[in-house]
Amino acid sequence: MDIATHHPAQHHAAHPTGVLRWLTTTNHKDIGTLYLSFALVMFFVGGLMILAVRAELFQPGLQLMQPDFFNQLIGVHALVMIFAALMPAATGFANWMIPLMIGAPDMALPRLNNWGFWLLPPAAFLLTLPFLLALFGIGSGAIDTGWTFYAPLSIQGGMGIDFAIFAVHLLGISSIMGSINIIATIFNLRAPGMTLMKMPLFAWGWLITAFLLIATIPVLAGAVTMLLTDRHFGTHFFQAAGGGDPILFQHLFWFFGHPEVYILLLPVWGLIPHILSAFSRKPIYGYKAQVWSFAAIGILSVIVWAHHFFTAGLPVPALIYFMFSTMSISLPLAVLFFCWIATMWRGAMSFETPMLFATGFIVLFGIAGLTGLILADVAADAQYHHSYFVVAHFHYALFAGGIMGVMAGVYYWLPKWTGRRYSETLGKWHFWLTVVSFNLTFMPQFFLGLAGMPRRIPDYALQFAEFNAISTVGAFILGVSQLLFAWNAIRCMGGKGQPAEARAWEGARGLEWELPSPPPHHTWEIQPEVK
Amino acid sequence: MTSGPSQAPTSPTQPSIRRLVVRLLLMVTAAFAFGWAMVPFYDVLCKVTGLNGKTPGFQAGGLAGAAPAPSAIDRTRTVTVEFTGTVMPGLPWDMRPLTASLDLHPGELQQVKYLVRNTSDRTIVGQAIPSVSPGQAAQHFQKLDCFCFRQQTLAPGEAREMPLTFIVKPEIDRDIRQITLSYAFYNIEEPRREAR
Repeated sequence: MDIATHHPAQHHAAHPTGVLRWLTTTNHKDIGTLYLSFALVMFFVGGLMILAVRAELFQPGLQLMQPDFFNQLIGVHALVMIFAALMPAATGFANWMIPLMIGAPDMALPRLNNWGFWLLPPAAFLLTLPFLLALFGIGSGAIDTGWTFYAPLSIQGGMGIDFAIFAVHLLGISSIMGSINIIATIFNLRAPGMTLMKMPLFAWGWLITAFLLIATIPVLAGAVTMLLTDRHFGTHFFQAAGGGDPILFQHLFWFFGHPEVYILLLPVWGLIPHILSAFSRKPIYGYKAQVWSFAAIGILSVIVWAHHFFTAGLPVPALIYFMFSTMSISLPLAVLFFCWIATMWRGAMSFETPMLFATGFIVLFGIAGLTGLILADVAADAQYHHSYFVVAHFHYALFAGGIMGVMAGVYYWLPKWTGRRYSETLGKWHFWLTVVSFNLTFMPQFFLGLAGMPRRIPDYALQFAEFNAISTVGAFILGVSQLLFAWNAIRCMGGKGQPAEARAWEGARGLEWELPSPPPHHTWEIQPEVK
Repeated sequence: MTSGPSQAPTSPTQPSIRRLVVRLLLMVTAAFAFGWAMVPFYDVLCKVTGLNGKTPGFQAGGLAGAAPAPSAIDRTRTVTVEFTGTVMPGLPWDMRPLTASLDLHPGELQQVKYLVRNTSDRTIVGQAIPSVSPGQAAQHFQKLDCFCFRQQTLAPGEAREMPLTFIVKPEIDRDIRQITLSYAFYNIEEPRREAR
């Protein structure tokens, strides 16, 4: 508990420079930059993996790889995108923006913050190392069970699964430390006068996320630890031969796994209203309703997990309970959609890149929500389960709802972070290429799923060939388009582009816009008064 | 550590952060413990409700708490019991039920046999794990004796008829007219791996 006793704004006059600066930094802005840069790199790593998968699926038959390698790619793609791209991106936002938005001088536990970040690169290394080892003939490659680690398959697999288990342990510890830090910051370091119900929605979204992480990541850690002991120490938690039950693993995994969806999405739902309000030049509509919706979704998310395995043989009363509880999440979600649209209603709207991404997010994430309702229906789910319909659904949720939301936030705050304006032309090209190629990639997958194509297979029947070819073309355009994003962001980080004024967007509200762009290394050492 | 110059957070902030962090760490520990507590909880839940198709007689030694042949046989209705079995990967055995399906009255004592053959050239120990479907029927499916109560050892090429004696209790729901009993046979290399 040493960490907590150090003064948050404590700093030395002389900063280390070069690599040492980034290794030892406790500054929330530096750490935010580290998180976001790491997320961007891993976004491309995970993206390359899935482009290899899509290339294999371009035509029926096996052209590029064998099924075992295919299975490794899809599993590691998911783990990288969820744990090493989207979650770190959200934590990067939290680090950069929460202190600026609530008028705090830094995060409450700056050293823990540093540690939390520097656990991530080793974890990502552990996750992908088995690929390299396999090249040298050691082991059979990375985890090949898909990201869900389902037992008993994961009990039988090679050492890639052990690597993934340890990587998940590290990533989990990092997330828990990040969450503790965010809660401590929000509860203790708000500017005087900023009550919880005056706090920016982004901070609210993250507060709920942090509590969800604390409640569910330890359960995942426990479940994968049980898996580890089943694999190596002769226990039978999930081995039917010894009296265990593989279905128990599914319960434990999804007790974490469903809240994880909202862990990925709540920070985005928090930042979208700020953008909608800024570019509609109106205050956020229904602030309280949104806060309560966040809380309701947070609570509901931990009691609906079994809809992920409706077909595993649950008793009918349980099926009915999980169906209705899952569907009830659409009520607070509908409130959020209503508030987002009402924020734009009759506003003086303009469509700069952040606003394009925010509105695109609303439309595409709406499709994710509606198809989620279909999957939540027990009777219908028997057909859609483990089909490409599910793949399309959760990519609408996590790419359009997650990553496009994150990109909206990056474009929105990039002028604040770097003091430079990104190229609006490139940004608009990026948006339109992304939104078109995203739909080109994933819309056909709904049809594939309806037609009965199962997920996680490297080869498929001829009847699925056209839609798969379209999807692959879309995926490659989507992947290449993201280079525009990286280039645009890196250009600003390198000091190119028009200088940005303190209030980079004329309609933007909030404490962060009171500071110069870019903000000095230390901000809000004198906390602002909030009336 | 020296105190910083005119910094904003007031002094009571520090102990309150420490208190909060301790509480949050307790929450993390509680969540971790909750995950592990789910294991016995799930076991008990399944035992009480029969959700995972495990039958009450399914315990080492058998006959655990089993009432011997009940006096009442419900002749007003018939239940069909179907028998099936799967040999899990890693066990070079064949198995098939000698009776594929049986019509019986609840309360009747019945015996069926499975024919199990070791197709390999080594001695192997196997353990059969039963599962009853639908799950609601599991708690009324009473095994008096079963080859799944013990590990089975088969010599190279040996074939054996393995018996199962059971009763479908008359308390079984009237809506259940068909029950499927399925066995999964596992390779048990170490003798200590005994079914609970």
